[in-house]
Amino acid sequence: MTNVADPLAQRSRTTGLSVIVPRSEAVLIPLAALLAGSLAFSLFLLLVGKSPLTFFGLVWTAGFSTAFSWQNTLSQVSPLLFAALCVALPARLGLVVIGGEGAIVLGGLAAAVAGAVVAGWPPALALGLMALAAMACGGGWIATVGALRIKRGVNETIASLLMAYIAIALFNHLVEGPFRDPASLNKPSTLPLTESLRVGEMPLIAAHWGVLVGILACIACWVLIERTTLGFAARIAGDNLRAAQVQGLPVGRLVIGFTALGGAFAGLGGFFEVAAVHGSANASLIAGYGYTGILVAFLARHNPLAIIPVAILLGGFAASSGLIQRRMDLPDATILVFQGMIFVAILLSETAYGRFRIFTATYWEGR
Amino acid sequence: MDPVDIGLWGVPLAILAGAIRVSTPFLFVSLGECVTERSGRINLGLEGTLIFGAMSGYAVAFETGSPFIGVAAAALSGVIFGLVHGWICKFKGVNDIAIGIALMLLGTGLAYFFGKPYIQPVAPKLPSISLGGWSDLPQVQAALQVNVLFLLGAVLAVFLWWMFRSTRVGLVIRVVGDSTDAARAMGIDADRVRLLSTAAGGALAGIAGAYLSLYYPGSWNEGVSSGQGLMAVALVIFARWNPINCFWAALLFGGAGALGPALQSVGVTEGYYLFFAAPYVLTLGLLIATSSPERAMQGAPAELSITK
Repeated sequence: MTNVADPLAQRSRTTGLSVIVPRSEAVLIPLAALLAGSLAFSLFLLLVGKSPLTFFGLVWTAGFSTAFSWQNTLSQVSPLLFAALCVALPARLGLVVIGGEGAIVLGGLAAAVAGAVVAGWPPALALGLMALAAMACGGGWIATVGALRIKRGVNETIASLLMAYIAIALFNHLVEGPFRDPASLNKPSTLPLTESLRVGEMPLIAAHWGVLVGILACIACWVLIERTTLGFAARIAGDNLRAAQVQGLPVGRLVIGFTALGGAFAGLGGFFEVAAVHGSANASLIAGYGYTGILVAFLARHNPLAIIPVAILLGGFAASSGLIQRRMDLPDATILVFQGMIFVAILLSETAYGRFRIFTATYWEGR
Repeated sequence: MDPVDIGLWGVPLAILAGAIRVSTPFLFVSLGECVTERSGRINLGLEGTLIFGAMSGYAVAFETGSPFIGVAAAALSGVIFGLVHGWICKFKGVNDIAIGIALMLLGTGLAYFFGKPYIQPVAPKLPSISLGGWSDLPQVQAALQVNVLFLLGAVLAVFLWWMFRSTRVGLVIRVVGDSTDAARAMGIDADRVRLLSTAAGGALAGIAGAYLSLYYPGSWNEGVSSGQGLMAVALVIFARWNPINCFWAALLFGGAGALGPALQSVGVTEGYYLFFAAPYVLTLGLLIATSSPERAMQGAPAELSITK
């Protein structure tokens, strides 16, 4: 009697730690990498004779301690969410697309130009059209990268980065030429948006609507990837391209669709930068959000839900940059160095997955 | 000697002069990337190495008063970046393209961080050699002021071509690039060969950066590079991993980069930014034209992740 295994008891034993601990691997390893990157950066600060404690104290003060600092942080978050989606969505298909900056810039320009055309229209309709123009522009731009990959076998990483350079040149040409507002003398800009076409701030939280839309977009992308057949097909194609092709999955259409969606989100990020922050398209739009977005996506391991906290964290770092420059007499590139070290640490941590027995279900079974 | 008006002949002449001047950094980065990729690894971080090389070269040249010590310092910093890339890529599950992107950000950040105090000071420039003494036209003479690094790069291209073709070192790099298993069977430590190849590639990228800050455009600031380190990756694909082809491709890219300023010099200012984008459009166009979805690229090292 004693040797007969009770199936119910077996099941109860496989819940608990043997389920929770293996799942925590995906959270604990990135956190450890974040810590390692921060330690490496602390060492760097010590070597240049600055105090890491002051640095992290200032990050906390300027990024997260008060309602005012949260407002600073959240103002950085919206473009990071959208830019990260532009990296994460193609990444689930195994593509490293890093030219989101181009889609942000062109999306912002499209929104500003559309805003000049629809100036007299009802605001809701006009804003919708502006957002659509931005998404179409950004989506088309990044979908081109996907199409080149599928149709011609062009490496998507290099193509997307080259296209980002081309997009910025195109942007400069159009803003200083055909679309220039003659009244903008020192800083070439497009015509300023009329007051009714500006996106305002959300009630209670002092941040513009782009933050909420960005968070909703992340949730929607998570549902798309994890809970729909389309997302399942994309994950199969990302894990094993050959298997997906053998199964008859439409890999080409998936790649073009996911790159288009990613680009459309980046374009939407550009729309919010123009409609909520700058009021017109000008050089301020080329702020490098596309590049920080790469780091956000990699830190989140291309999981759209994880993008939300990571974007807030890195938004806080960016928001504290000014205070760190003034108080610690450090150059503005300090945050860039910090980001670079975290990035290297997080990629190095990829090698840790599956190496620790503590994260396997069998380790915890029977305990 | 007074400048003689040579009219529109100034455009091709300016493009030729520009091609020689602008191509040098392309030449060095692409030769560096060529060595790295032949060993089966891709280093996208050369852009960061280039910018850090520009900064360290400029800073050291300013502090020591010798541009050549500056170039050496830039090469050394490039070796360090290459070693870091090569060491990290050794680990299982680490993606060499992603590491390149991370090191691009880190290198750029470190260069801006340490380079801030050197934006104002003026460092000594690298010397150039006059090859235009045969001509009476001052424009021709000016166009043929060739920098020593350009000549060094041309020699290096031939040397590397010879190295890959007929030396043991070249053969070892090629074997590692074509098949890790074959290399292991021959008793070659593939990771070490890749580490050293990436370090050598980094050194050349560092020199390219020093050329930017010490000769043309000849100053250190945060916009010193316009993506040469990145375009070099595409350039190597276009050159089919052949160092001699890298030389011609670099000249072509240099010419494209010189198109905008050349037209500007004769008064064409319309569409300045579009001409500025010419090298990127050219790179993308060549990449599209030379890639194919069906077959692996001719001459590509089989272990290279971008061609698999």
